[in-house]
Amino acid sequence: MKPTVSVEMRQICKQFGKVAANDHVDFSANAGEIHALLGENGAGKSTMMCMLSGVYRPTSGDIRLFGKPVKIRSPKEASQFGVGMVFQNFRLVQTLTAAENIVLGEKSSFWRGARWMKEKQEEIRGISEKFGLAFPVDRPIWQLSVGEQQRVEIVKTLYRGASLIILDEPTSVLTPGEADQLFLTLEKLKAEGKTIILTTHKLKEVMAVADRISVMRKGRMIHTVDKNDTSERELAQIMVGKEISPPRELSKRERGESLLSVQHLDVYVEHGRKALDHLSLEVHQGEIVGVAGVAGNGQKELAEVLSGLLPWKKGRIVFNGREMKNASVRHAIESGISHVPENRMKSGLAGSLGVVDNLLFKSYRTKERSWLGFLRIGRNRQWSQELVEQFDVKTPDLDTPVQQLSGGNQQKLLFAREIHRQPLLMIAVHPTQGLDIGATEGVHRLLANLRDSGKSVLLISEDLDEVMQLSDRVLVIYNGAIIGEMSREEADRERIGQYMAGLQDNGEEAV
Amino acid sequence: MDMFIQIIVAAVGSGTPLLFATLGGILIERSGIIQLGAEGLMLMGAVAACMTYLNTGSLALALLAVFAVSALLGIIHGFLTVSLVSNQIVCGLAMTLFGAGLSAYLGKSYSGIPLPGSVPKWHMPGLESIPLIGDLFAHLDVLTWFSFLLVIVMHLFIHRTSWGLHLRAIGDNPPTADVMGIRVQAFRYGYIVAGSMLIGLAGADMLLVYSPTWTEGMTSGRGWIAVALIIFARWNPVRALLCAYFFGALDSIGFRVQLLGSHIPSYFLKMIPYIVTILVLMYLGWRNRNKPSGAPEALGIPYIREQRF
Repeated sequence: MKPTVSVEMRQICKQFGKVAANDHVDFSANAGEIHALLGENGAGKSTMMCMLSGVYRPTSGDIRLFGKPVKIRSPKEASQFGVGMVFQNFRLVQTLTAAENIVLGEKSSFWRGARWMKEKQEEIRGISEKFGLAFPVDRPIWQLSVGEQQRVEIVKTLYRGASLIILDEPTSVLTPGEADQLFLTLEKLKAEGKTIILTTHKLKEVMAVADRISVMRKGRMIHTVDKNDTSERELAQIMVGKEISPPRELSKRERGESLLSVQHLDVYVEHGRKALDHLSLEVHQGEIVGVAGVAGNGQKELAEVLSGLLPWKKGRIVFNGREMKNASVRHAIESGISHVPENRMKSGLAGSLGVVDNLLFKSYRTKERSWLGFLRIGRNRQWSQELVEQFDVKTPDLDTPVQQLSGGNQQKLLFAREIHRQPLLMIAVHPTQGLDIGATEGVHRLLANLRDSGKSVLLISEDLDEVMQLSDRVLVIYNGAIIGEMSREEADRERIGQYMAGLQDNGEEAV
Repeated sequence: MDMFIQIIVAAVGSGTPLLFATLGGILIERSGIIQLGAEGLMLMGAVAACMTYLNTGSLALALLAVFAVSALLGIIHGFLTVSLVSNQIVCGLAMTLFGAGLSAYLGKSYSGIPLPGSVPKWHMPGLESIPLIGDLFAHLDVLTWFSFLLVIVMHLFIHRTSWGLHLRAIGDNPPTADVMGIRVQAFRYGYIVAGSMLIGLAGADMLLVYSPTWTEGMTSGRGWIAVALIIFARWNPVRALLCAYFFGALDSIGFRVQLLGSHIPSYFLKMIPYIVTILVLMYLGWRNRNKPSGAPEALGIPYIREQRF
């Protein structure tokens, strides 16, 4: 039996200014299949899907939905055609309840009394139970977990009668357990004859759940294969366009003396929320310590406390044999702590300033860089030029605003600034987020080199593969505390996943 | 008891223009557009009411003119902030300066001329015979009754209707509202126009009820107090009513102290509402330092669909 084609996109082009995000892309998916759209960051997957859901309009090309040629001019029209999309950054109004979010687009019935809302809540519960998507319908979104928010998003598309459901990087925010649960739901939807399109760059997921796979690279469609006719390795090669080097082997090293010791740290943040709860950890000289965990369990705060941005309430921090008394960024910098923050354009670099200025941020006080408060312009330019060459930052010139550089080059620049100061400890938060495989490889090499030269690295990342590949020791953070510790040899995905979900070795929930 | 009732009556009298302006501002800001043009809009409303009333002698026509003028200004504001995506703070300030200047020019020949009549009072049957507080209701004019009704309607509208849900959504998270098929830009235009009409009415109310002759700059900063009241009321119409009357009371206290023959210079007494504004802002800032302000999440951020995110 020939499957029914539910969506067909032909020769799609999309220009953003001078940049072509999609270049003559063909794509099609069938009813009753899970179709994975695979590609690196910036390959143009999300742009394709945004055109299907009416957020962007194609510059040229045709779209056919369920056999009919259509022009999708707005998200509203997309929804009328039966297309529903779950965005990577959820489209939910934080202050409204889950149910209110779901009925938001509904035009019927002007008056929304208590009875009307009750009926709707029942209807929503019915849908969510049918597909195993439980969440509290009457609570505001900001009180729900990320996994629950995603379920709200999926139920929202179903409630609006979508028969084509697009999920953009759905597992990037989930624990491995939650991801498995999502895949079960997708299977149920597939059995109902829905078309599921899933964009991702994670090969394991693709092999686990997809029926067919389309691979994109640099805005072009490379090709579409059946899952049974391919392998992870082959997909990775198509995706990157070249042979990938095998996983990095860390050279054996004896661990040195203790460099950083954090003891029973309590940190409170906005709204009196307790972000770190009795957190203790130890970092030795010459080791990379990886901190894994689901986003929002205190990673950001841990990095901010150690780099002097956030004060702490209770506990001790001893660095290089001296106790840190209170939060001071300058003191942290001067005692040899470097920080690569999680959002490089938000708290790492000043986007509209040039390369030289950005490199100067942490060293302008030194005698080599300034004199009596005047910057040594000529000397600093030469110094910047050397760093740019040493760290292989590709930039048109030294005055180019850094926001115009690619993500990989921005990150290299940031690393150049942080590493040239010869720090004792490097705190790297999501250092490869949004980078392509080549740039990721470069960042990993920098971190490994630091370690091999006897420096220490605290690597905080949500990318399990990255943590397992680079770390001498793996810690798992949950609810503001370290609840699991493993050596490199002991660490495996399943065990880390369990800790990430807050479960102890015996399967009981951590307090 | 008499004193108490007098203060309340005075508070409602000078609080009603503030209430209209605050409600209008809430409507606009809930949709995500910063409203700093209240002072200018109020002055334009007042001068439009004055000119029409003096020339035609009809109160209904005067109110119609107020709505027409302020709706037009609302459309201009909407065009600047929604369609041209210009800076909302600058636009608001421009509206204030423009309104102040134009109203002074237009009102020049009407300055000091008393109006031919006032807004009729409406007596709700039964209310005035209530002992002790019955007197309160003897002084209420049609516009004040309308403001009561408006508070209730706006409260229900925001929290109990589908349009209200849309309003909350476009002010908090316009991309989400857009994906849900709500026309963000059209709604924003609508709320700017409706809110501007209410602010214009606030100016007209000041002129018709509170001080029945036109003088240049007669709102004397009340538009700015309304801007602050939006924040005190945390974008909620019912709280807006309480806040407006509180400031109305402050406004009239200064006047009363003067009547009692105090030796405090009147300039100081006139400062009271503004000093209290600063103090209340400081207090609220300190008390709510760990809490969300209640401000719409996307307030002041223009929305463009195809902007890359």
